[in-house]
Amino acid sequence: MARRREIGKAGWRRTAVMAVISFIYFFPVLWIILTAFKSHTDALATPPKFLFTPTLENFVGVFSRTYQRGGEAIDTKFDLFFFNSIFIAGTSVLIALIIGTLAAYAFSRWPLKGNDLYMFIILTTRMLPPIIVIIPIFLMFRVTGLSGSYVGIILLYTAFNLPFTIWMMKSFFDEIPTEVEDAARVDGSSETKIFFKICLPQVKAGIAATAVFGLILTWNEYLFALLLTGIDTRTVPVAMASTIGGDIGVRWGLLAAIETLFLIPVVLVTFLLQNQLLRGVTFGTIKR
Amino acid sequence: MADIELRNLTKRFGDLVAVDSVDLDVEAGEVMCLLGPSGCGKTTTLRMIGGLEWATEGDIFISGKRVNDLKPAQRDIAMVFQFYALYPSLTVAENLAFPLHAEKVGEEEIEKRVARIANILELSHAMGRIPGRLSEGEKQRVAVGRAIIRNPTCFLFDEPLSRLDIALRQEMRGQIKMLLSDLNKASVIVTHDQIEALTIGDRIAVMRDGLIEQVASPHEIFASPGNIFVAGFIGTPQMNLIAGRNLKPGDGDSLGLSLCNQDIVLPLTSDIAAGAAGKSEVTVGIRPRGFDLASESAADTLSGKVDLIEPMGAETLVHLTTDAEELRVVTDHRAAPAFGAAVHIRPRAGQIHLFDENGLRIGA
Repeated sequence: MARRREIGKAGWRRTAVMAVISFIYFFPVLWIILTAFKSHTDALATPPKFLFTPTLENFVGVFSRTYQRGGEAIDTKFDLFFFNSIFIAGTSVLIALIIGTLAAYAFSRWPLKGNDLYMFIILTTRMLPPIIVIIPIFLMFRVTGLSGSYVGIILLYTAFNLPFTIWMMKSFFDEIPTEVEDAARVDGSSETKIFFKICLPQVKAGIAATAVFGLILTWNEYLFALLLTGIDTRTVPVAMASTIGGDIGVRWGLLAAIETLFLIPVVLVTFLLQNQLLRGVTFGTIKR
Repeated sequence: MADIELRNLTKRFGDLVAVDSVDLDVEAGEVMCLLGPSGCGKTTTLRMIGGLEWATEGDIFISGKRVNDLKPAQRDIAMVFQFYALYPSLTVAENLAFPLHAEKVGEEEIEKRVARIANILELSHAMGRIPGRLSEGEKQRVAVGRAIIRNPTCFLFDEPLSRLDIALRQEMRGQIKMLLSDLNKASVIVTHDQIEALTIGDRIAVMRDGLIEQVASPHEIFASPGNIFVAGFIGTPQMNLIAGRNLKPGDGDSLGLSLCNQDIVLPLTSDIAAGAAGKSEVTVGIRPRGFDLASESAADTLSGKVDLIEPMGAETLVHLTTDAEELRVVTDHRAAPAFGAAVHIRPRAGQIHLFDENGLRIGA
């Protein structure tokens, strides 16, 4: 067991420097959260206001707002878009994890002839800039009727998540000693049991790290979502972009409110998994 | 019929021959130690018996049945691994019970057996802990417990004590020896530690480069090593292996020759002397404890200057330089010569081994 470092051991000066640097990094996020609570005038004020009367009007406006001065409040369908983002990202990451973990285990434990070549080929699918493949994929989706459907975008995101899921999970499997599996074989375990009972519990941290990584990538994806989702399957990044404009110019407060809401699921997942994550990112740095 | 029989067992990894035509029998109740330097193929041999590696050639029989194509679980073996290989997410009790689940043993019986093993191995206090919270010694005992909880034909141990510190290793060595004699099963223990092999093994198979150099009882391995490799590998401090030239067979049981550029007549047993007849060069092996200190005027001694003194407690290891090879001599610490002194030593009768030009032992 590693002993917990004494807090403050780094000394006051270093702590202060780190605090300043952290603040600089965090400031844009803080600014967005503050702006979300500002009225339209406060958000546009020069010099920027740090003290203001907070309002929730932006958050209400996310879900229903007037598009014309004096017009009626209209449902923006943002509740649907948030559901879409969560459903699409969650499902595709989950599917990628299931397929990717199984594939990674096979690559790690039963290497094929030319194993490294296959691993490289898998990686090359992520080497193409997405903009290059967008046209063929768009056409394929049109022909197959996948355009605008949940199945289509989930399939696509799964395919996008798979390469790094396989790479990450393989490195986690490579780290765990095979001796335990041999012992289980001698003790009469089936290969299925070895995978689920012996290996999988040992890469929990790796699964968490891979999941968060995939979630963030998928959560932020804009380009494919813009072209391949329909009005009912639209994700938040696309919907957010389309709120820019209108009769009173860019509603910064509204955008900030959407962003703030958009932050919450990712922060929540990262927080829930933080213990696993720490082990995930430090995996392999400490030998048995 | 032996419980474990290896016939012409060979393992190749590409061009590398890890195990080369090994023949070995392990009888029921016998403890066989595979001893050798790292990379000699001993662990690969064990893993082939266990079914964790496929044999490239040759046959493995367990209780007379050819098991080459059987899975590890079907071979009726239990194995203890070097790094214990405990299931990290299971408690000690669950680890111990694990092999029994596969054998479809009833819950009640499992509980009984786990409790019995915990009792034997003094693990009762740790049953609810996971392996990460155990000491090295406890982990080792759980690993052994998980093997002996079943009732297999044979036991395989891969360097079972190598991870323990010295005090614990000595203690566990005794415990394992007692345990093995209670179990009375064919066991194969892989080790690179000769003390472990000499103390635990009923027989020892010394391996080098995939080949078995000698299979014999610990006493025989030590007292009559079959070749120069075994002679040099077994025994601490290492045996002196000196080139002997200009052999002049003496009358009956003695042999005149030149050792370290000094003429000497060695007292030999008759079969060794007979074996050496007609040869002009041999390698003479004498253990550091096989010399007596002699006076300068005594006949048939070797002389050298003290170059290094290593106290070993009751005894002292003295390194002597001569015109040719260096000699290692163990003396009583009270009789240890001073640094730089000229020392005369006489090889003791019955302590002299001769090896021919192929490195093989001459005589019985």
